[in-house]
Amino acid sequence: MVVEQRAAPPGPDPRRRRLLGLAGLLVLLVVASVLSLVIGTRSLTPAEVWQGLSGDPGGDQRLVEITLIVQTLRVPRTVLAVVAGIGLGVAGALIQGHTRNPIADSGLLGVNSGASFAVVLSVSLFGLRNPVQYMWFAFLGAAVAGAVVFGLSSLGRGAGNPLTLALAGQGVTLFLAAMTTAVALGDEQTLDVLRFWNAGSVQGVGFDVIGVAAVFVGVGLFLAVLNLPVINLLDLGDDVARGLGVNIAAGRTVGVLAITLLAGAATAACGPIAFLGLMVAHIARWFTGPDYRWLVPCAGLLGAAVLLLGDVAGRLVVRPAELQAGLVIALLGAPFFAALVWLGKFRQA
Amino acid sequence: MTTAPDMHRGVRVGGWSWVWRPWNVLVTAALAALTFLVFCVSISIGDFTVELSAVVRTLVGQGERVDEFVIMDLRMPRALVGVIAGVALGISGALTQSIARNPLASPDVLGITGGASATAVFVVTAGGGAAIGGAAGLSTAALTGGLLTGLLVYFLAWKKGIDGFRLILIGVSVSALTQAITTWLLVLADIRDVARAQRWLVGSLDSRSWPEVWAALWVMAVLIVVVLVVSFQMQPLHFGDDVAAGLGVRYSAVRAVLLLSAVLLAGVGVSAAGPVPFVALVAPQITMRLTRSPVPPVVASGVFGALLLIGSDLIARTVLPNDLPVGVVTAIIGGPFLVYLLVQANVRRAA
Repeated sequence: MVVEQRAAPPGPDPRRRRLLGLAGLLVLLVVASVLSLVIGTRSLTPAEVWQGLSGDPGGDQRLVEITLIVQTLRVPRTVLAVVAGIGLGVAGALIQGHTRNPIADSGLLGVNSGASFAVVLSVSLFGLRNPVQYMWFAFLGAAVAGAVVFGLSSLGRGAGNPLTLALAGQGVTLFLAAMTTAVALGDEQTLDVLRFWNAGSVQGVGFDVIGVAAVFVGVGLFLAVLNLPVINLLDLGDDVARGLGVNIAAGRTVGVLAITLLAGAATAACGPIAFLGLMVAHIARWFTGPDYRWLVPCAGLLGAAVLLLGDVAGRLVVRPAELQAGLVIALLGAPFFAALVWLGKFRQA
Repeated sequence: MTTAPDMHRGVRVGGWSWVWRPWNVLVTAALAALTFLVFCVSISIGDFTVELSAVVRTLVGQGERVDEFVIMDLRMPRALVGVIAGVALGISGALTQSIARNPLASPDVLGITGGASATAVFVVTAGGGAAIGGAAGLSTAALTGGLLTGLLVYFLAWKKGIDGFRLILIGVSVSALTQAITTWLLVLADIRDVARAQRWLVGSLDSRSWPEVWAALWVMAVLIVVVLVVSFQMQPLHFGDDVAAGLGVRYSAVRAVLLLSAVLLAGVGVSAAGPVPFVALVAPQITMRLTRSPVPPVVASGVFGALLLIGSDLIARTVLPNDLPVGVVTAIIGGPFLVYLLVQANVRRAA
C-alpha cells in the first residue's frame, strides 16, 4: 500500500518551522493590533495612542479627544477583532478536521444566514434595537443553522464529501435568506438593522457585547484544546479512529460544541464574516503541516491577525468612509477560495 | 421505480432514433394541462374576479370587452412572465444537473443569480430613487450582469474541459463574492431604495408589461430549440465521459453548448422574475420522480417549473398575508425539499 504523505514540510526540521511560524504569527498579531489602534479616520501616532491608553487627560482638550477616540472606538474594535478572529480561525480549523472537508467554513455551514434570520426575527417581533439584546438570538440562530447543515452533511456515508456540504449549506442559506427577506420587507426599521448587520463589522459594539462574546470564545477554546488529540485521529477516518480506540461520538460532540461556541459567538458579535476560518486554516497548514495540535492554534492567531488587517484595510480603501471588515474578508476570501479550487486542492470524495 | 419494460420501444426515423416512453409523455401532458388550469385560475383571481369560463372565452378571442381589458392588459403579462420564467428556470435546472451529474446543482449555484442580483441592486440604488430606464432597464441590466457572471464562472471552471465538481465550487465562491458586493451596495444606499432592491432580490412577478413578455419569449424560444436538438446527445453524458466518448458523443462540445444554454435560460428567468430561489433545483428533481426517468427530463422540467412558479404566485397572492413576493413561497417549498433530497441521497449511499 502506498501512503501519500500529506503536506510534507520541505524543511529539514518541521518542529523548527512550526516554532518559527508561531513566532512570526505573534509578531504579525502585535503589528496588526498596533496598526488597528493607530489608523483611522483620524490617524494617531503611536505616542498619542499610548497617552490615550495610559493617561489621565487632565485639562488638555487635544488629549481628552485622543483618549475618547482610543478608549471608546479603537480599543473595543481591536479587542473584538482579536476575539472574533481567534474564534473564527480556530473554528475553521476544527470544522475542516471534523468534516474531513477542505471547504468547510462557518459561512458555508449556514451559520451566517441563521444568525441573520434570528436577528431579523428578534428585531421585528420583539422590537429589540440593542446589539447586546439581539446577539443572544443571533447566537442561537447561528448554532441551530450550523448544527443542521453539519448534521445533514455528515449523515450516512456522504460524510466528507465537499459537494454535499457545499450544497447543504447553500440550500439552507437560500432558504433562510428568503425567510429573512420576507420578514424584513414588512418593516423598514428591521431592514435597516439587517443591511448593516449583514455587512459584518467589528465596529460599533461596546465592551458589554465583547465581554459576552469573549466568555463564549474562551469556553470554546477550552473545549477545542480538549479536542485536539482526538481530531488528529478522526482525520484518519472514522473506521481507523475507532480501531485506535477513539470514542467517536464523544469526540465529535465536543468538537461540534466548540465550533458552535466559537463561530456562533464571533458571528453574534460581528455579524457574518465568511471565508475567514477557511482561508486561515489553509494558510496555516502550509507551515504547520497536518498536525492539528499545531494547526489549530496557528489558525486562531492568523485569524485574529487577518481580521485586524481586514478591518484596517477597510478603514483605508474608501476614506473617509469605511468598508466593513466582513466585506473586506469576503472580497479577499472568495477569490482565494476560487484559486484553491482551480489549483486542484480539493478533491471529490 | 421501473415501468413495465414492454412499454418502452425504440423508434427510428431516418438518422434519428429514440425511446418511446408513454408514461413520460402522459405525465408531461398531465402537467401541461394542470399548468394551463392554474394559469386560468391565476388570471381569474384578483381585486375583481372574472369567471373561469369567461377567462377561457377571452383567451380564444370570444370574450367581452371589460373582461378583455382586465385579462389581456392587466393580468396576462404577469401570468405569462411567470410561465416563461418558470419554463426557463426549470429547463436550466435540468441541464445544470445533467452537466454537473449532481441532483443538487442548480443555476443558483453557478453565479447567475448572484451576478444578476448585484447588478440589479446597483441599478436600483445608483438611480437615486428613480430606476434607470424603468422596469425594462432593470431586467436588461440584471440579464447582462447575470450572464457576465455566469460566463466568468464558466471560464474560471474551464481547465481542459468542464468538470462538474470544479464548476460548482467555483460557482459557490463567485456567488459569495457577488453577495458581498450586493451587501455593500445595500449598506451605502438610501433606505427606501433598499426596500425596493430587497423586493426585487427575493423574486417577484409584480407589475409586468407586454414588451417584457415578448422579449423573454423570443429569447427563450430560440434557446429551447437549441437545447432540444442538442439534448439528443445529452443522455450518454450521464454514464461519464469515457462511456459517452465510446458511444460517439463529443462530450466536451455538447457539454459546453448545453451549459451555455443553461446559463442563458437562467438569465432569461432571472431577468423576467428576479432571482426566484429553488425553482431550477426542485423542478427537475420532482419531475424525475414523477416521470420515473433516470435523468432530469428536459421538457417536463420546464413545464413543472412554470407550474411551480405560477402556483406559488397564486398562493402568495391569495393565501398569504400582505402580498409577499413569489420567491418567499418557492423558498418555503424548496428549502425543505432540498433537505429531503440530501438526506435521501446520503442514506442511499450508506445502504
